[in-house]
Amino acid sequence: MNREHREKIYRVILFASALIALLVIIMIGGFIFGEGMPIFTKYGLDKVLLGSKWQPSNHIYGLWPMIIGSIYTTMGALILGVPLGVLTAIFLAEVAPKRLVDLVIRPAIELLAGIPSVVYGLFGMVIIVPAIRALASTIPAYAEDPLLSSGYGIIAGSIILSIMILPTIISISEDAIRSVPAEYKEGSLALGATHWQTISKVMLPAASSGIIAAVVLGMGRAIGETMAIIMVAGNAPIVPDSIFSSVRSLTGNIAIEMAYSSGEHTKALFATGIVLFILIMIVNSFALWISKRGLKNA
Amino acid sequence: MLKPRSIEKFAKFILWCAALFTVTFLVLVLGFILSNGLPKVSWEFLTAEPEAMGAAGGIFSTIVSTVIFTVTTLVIAVPIGILAAIYLTEYISKGPIAGAIRFGTDALAGIPSIVFGLFGFAFFVVILKPVTGGWSLASGALTAAFMILPTIITTTEEAIKAVPDSYREGSYALGATKWQTVSRIVLPSALPGVMTGVILGIGRIVGETAALLLTLGGSLYVPLSLTDPASTMSMHLYKVAMEVGAMDMAFGTATVLIITVLLINISANFIMRGLKRRTTT
Repeated sequence: MNREHREKIYRVILFASALIALLVIIMIGGFIFGEGMPIFTKYGLDKVLLGSKWQPSNHIYGLWPMIIGSIYTTMGALILGVPLGVLTAIFLAEVAPKRLVDLVIRPAIELLAGIPSVVYGLFGMVIIVPAIRALASTIPAYAEDPLLSSGYGIIAGSIILSIMILPTIISISEDAIRSVPAEYKEGSLALGATHWQTISKVMLPAASSGIIAAVVLGMGRAIGETMAIIMVAGNAPIVPDSIFSSVRSLTGNIAIEMAYSSGEHTKALFATGIVLFILIMIVNSFALWISKRGLKNA
Repeated sequence: MLKPRSIEKFAKFILWCAALFTVTFLVLVLGFILSNGLPKVSWEFLTAEPEAMGAAGGIFSTIVSTVIFTVTTLVIAVPIGILAAIYLTEYISKGPIAGAIRFGTDALAGIPSIVFGLFGFAFFVVILKPVTGGWSLASGALTAAFMILPTIITTTEEAIKAVPDSYREGSYALGATKWQTVSRIVLPSALPGVMTGVILGIGRIVGETAALLLTLGGSLYVPLSLTDPASTMSMHLYKVAMEVGAMDMAFGTATVLIITVLLINISANFIMRGLKRRTTT
């Protein structure tokens, strides 16, 4: 076999390997939609998406409680995690002494990102849930209802998710702030602005698209998180009417019921996967679009 | 109206507090798990088989399963990832095909692990049952391999791009073919970067749980072949905490898991620091 032939064979092998990533994403989409679509066609898109009852034993497959559950816990995580994450990012990029960042804070954040989600879940079960249970027991109206007073629910889920999305928000926001051209900062300082005025009025607006991308990516992580959320959220498939309420996420719906489901029930869990898949695709494309637009403007 | 100077001081105070808060979270989580779990971890805990669904005994079989599962996943994902990255950097870096493949990689990186689990269940567990044995190490490892593929592709791409063009030109000038240049010059120079990607991937699969709930089977016996079901440490942690309610066992398992992740992080940092030193001198 001559050299040219061999080069061609290597090229084909490389091409095939590169194609696998694309192939797998198509297969994932194909399988999820193939298995889950029959539920939507049989029961109607609106009944499945907006139905507020999930009772697989009675062939009622409303996904609305889980959609709401994912949205509430994700919003809660953003409300708690975004301010903390963005402020920490500003601190790292602008204020912190370099040695402190290199020796303490950055390794800490890397470790925070590396801890498995089940470990966060365990922490939440043993520390956060009992604290919220104690708080709920002081509210007379809630004390009687186990779905409201167990401590498992939206608040616990939001707190755990907010810790888990911190590393994503911090590292991407910090990159965005650091990539603001030095001239902007120098110009502002030269005009007599204080450091904080420069940060808040010049640097943050300039870094805004990167920071938004960070928040949206954090949102994607929160929506897709499974283990930690099922360990602290209580998982009742109900539309919650209080932030103390037990709640079930889309991811939790699949993870909890897959082991003992069969037939149509399994297909309904794949339908849950479709909703999750589409939601994540929208969120991530939005993040990509925002960060690309930011690059163009810069 | 507040003076800018006072606002400045106040703002910096808030920034310090935020960073302190973030680090406190970590210390709190780690400190709490370790202080509860370390007393539980002993030679016995590491080497005894789980008993009573994990409520008693040790975690030996889950450690063995975690190692076999991790190695199998890497054996599948690393070659594919490296070859894909070579193609994307050295052969086509622009054009519609490269764009489509990059889109696939990006999209794959964002897919939640439970969705990978659904796919792994439908494809590897159900359709490929004659090959994988249904719920098994093979099904779990194949599923996890696709989860870490994007990480390995992107870090390898970065490492390959960092190799100076003069290396390639030197190799071509000596009459080497493209493949010879790539395999003997570019790839060895990019190796530390590739290793970092692999270690990051290990970190992710050691902690992975959701996808494995749907594909790995959850047996607490030591697996004898790749077609046997198994349970990794993180899966075991979930089950003893949520289903068995044996919190002391959960803390012990979590401690072993955290120490593993810590070691993985330290070795990744070590390699990266070595890499930095080499490129600056």
